[in-house]
Amino acid sequence: MSASLEKGINALKEQVDSTVAAFFSSCIHCGMCADACLFYTETNEPSRMPINKAEPLRRIWKSEYTLLGRVGKMFGLTAKVDDALLTEWETLVYDSCTLCGRCSMVCPVGNDIALLIRKTREGMAAAGHAPDGLIGATKRAVTIGSPMGVKLPALMAQINHVEKDTGMKIPVDVVGAEYMLLLSSMEIMNFPEFIEATAKIFDKAGVTWTISSEAFEATNSGIQIGVADIAKVLVQRVVDAAEKLKVQTVISPECGHAYMAIRWEGPNLIGKPFSFKVRHILEVLDDFRKDGRLKISGKEGQRLTYHDPCQISRRGGVIDQPRNLINMFADNFVEMPDAGKMNWCCGAGGGVSSNERADEIRLKVFQRKKDQLDEIQPEAIISACSNCRIHLEDGLEEYHMDIPLMSLTETLAEHLAD
Amino acid sequence: MSEVEFLSWVRGPGFQIAIVIFIAGVIIRFAEILLLGRKTNLAEAKGSEMGGGLRTIVTRSIPDKSTFKRSTFTVIAGYIFHIGLFVTIFLFAPHILLFKDVIGLSWPAVPTAIVDAFAVISIIALLAILVHRMRDNVLKFITTKEDYVVWLLTILPLITGYMAFHRIGMTAPTLLAIHILSVELLLVAFPFTKLMHAFTLVLARWYNGAISGYRGVES
Repeated sequence: MSASLEKGINALKEQVDSTVAAFFSSCIHCGMCADACLFYTETNEPSRMPINKAEPLRRIWKSEYTLLGRVGKMFGLTAKVDDALLTEWETLVYDSCTLCGRCSMVCPVGNDIALLIRKTREGMAAAGHAPDGLIGATKRAVTIGSPMGVKLPALMAQINHVEKDTGMKIPVDVVGAEYMLLLSSMEIMNFPEFIEATAKIFDKAGVTWTISSEAFEATNSGIQIGVADIAKVLVQRVVDAAEKLKVQTVISPECGHAYMAIRWEGPNLIGKPFSFKVRHILEVLDDFRKDGRLKISGKEGQRLTYHDPCQISRRGGVIDQPRNLINMFADNFVEMPDAGKMNWCCGAGGGVSSNERADEIRLKVFQRKKDQLDEIQPEAIISACSNCRIHLEDGLEEYHMDIPLMSLTETLAEHLAD
Repeated sequence: MSEVEFLSWVRGPGFQIAIVIFIAGVIIRFAEILLLGRKTNLAEAKGSEMGGGLRTIVTRSIPDKSTFKRSTFTVIAGYIFHIGLFVTIFLFAPHILLFKDVIGLSWPAVPTAIVDAFAVISIIALLAILVHRMRDNVLKFITTKEDYVVWLLTILPLITGYMAFHRIGMTAPTLLAIHILSVELLLVAFPFTKLMHAFTLVLARWYNGAISGYRGVES
């Protein structure tokens, strides 16, 4: 993909619809979004306020889609989008925003600012102003099949390990299985326990499932970098595999943006509804709970809290399910202040963790999470996103806090009755 | 131009021009927004767009606790001057007479002394908002010339209305003419500035709520 300013401007134009126009028309410059964004509250740098990050898109909307803007353009009065602007905005749009959407919940006129920034990324990427880390991850996702470069043999090796350890069979390419499980590279490489845990739970629940050897990767770098064409290719791989294996439901694993990509953006990217359902692993597990398929033995006595991954909770709508599940095995569950749909981002979602240039700032803004944790002093943190988990571990180490991180699926599997 | 001519111009042609620009401008702005359209969501719905959209139109008027704590001044000052504007514009007896003249509808007025108090409180709130805008780091960063122009256009009718009512400084016809003119300036600028948020926030909130509602989240 060759990038140019012209392509970037065209990509921005394509993003303008009635929502964009309504949002920009309504902004009153009140500044409240700044107070909702950890990249502002923890750095006090005004340029990092959310609505400012969408400035390139706003200029295109104003100059092309408003009467006053078009008249202004004729007289050279309407602000333009050029390479200098996009260069300056790159670190705001990619390094200082995780697309967590907290600003979208706070804006008094109701602007979905995170959506505006997500759309801005489409123009930034097309103009060649995406960070190298994300470009690399996206290239690997397209050519190798995984942003971390994980190939099928690596997955098969992990599956073999799990099979040896547990004596259970991990189903691969089983046609007609009820569920098809996707995995994030992070899970395959760093948390293979997730595969083991899922196998145990599904076995106890008595449902059929499979992993596809052709589309096992859940993450979608195209969504993070903002290239709809690539995001579409990655979604199509999953769709093809799910249709080939004739599964009823595709399961998105413990990864935030993967759920956003396949559940909410997926059908819109490929331009037609899916012939199967998509559910987050927590939704599936909660359905098992409702059906009485999960028998738990022994309770966790330590003080547990749950970190809501933004794309799963606030942007994804999976908020009650993790709490229902945690309450099955937790005796001492405490909520962080602002938990649930108003939770604060860990600071590394939306491609920030793939972008080395943002390493310093993501650890700086972790201060917000630290403050939240300090208020409740948990003994362990449960989450449902490998990316949150890795970054939370990083952040806790940076701030000398000794709190273990747990995966919800894995912790649930440990508490299954024999 | 004599003061009587001035008054009859702002009451007659001036008022008509302002109303035409206001109405045509608002229609153009809405058309600009709505004609862009929006793609149908093809993902399987988890909740209702309509329900979410309507709910957010209402609920977004009240910030959640932690947002209120972080943006206390903005929320309180904003509320005060908006309520003040509502009372002074719509519940002042002479204004209701004007509305009755123009649109044929009328409603009960609030005692003048109360409207007067609301006007003063709104002016104070707007002055405080201006100071806040000029001193706060985020606001200094985001503020444009338009923000100051709109601020001026908003406070002028309040100040000139207050002066006209109390006959301060000039003769009654001149004061009234200036007051009407200040409202006409506000009307003309309305569709082409952020003042338009008074109407478009309904759309913005609806879209925000609909997007979230579709995914089963209350926004």
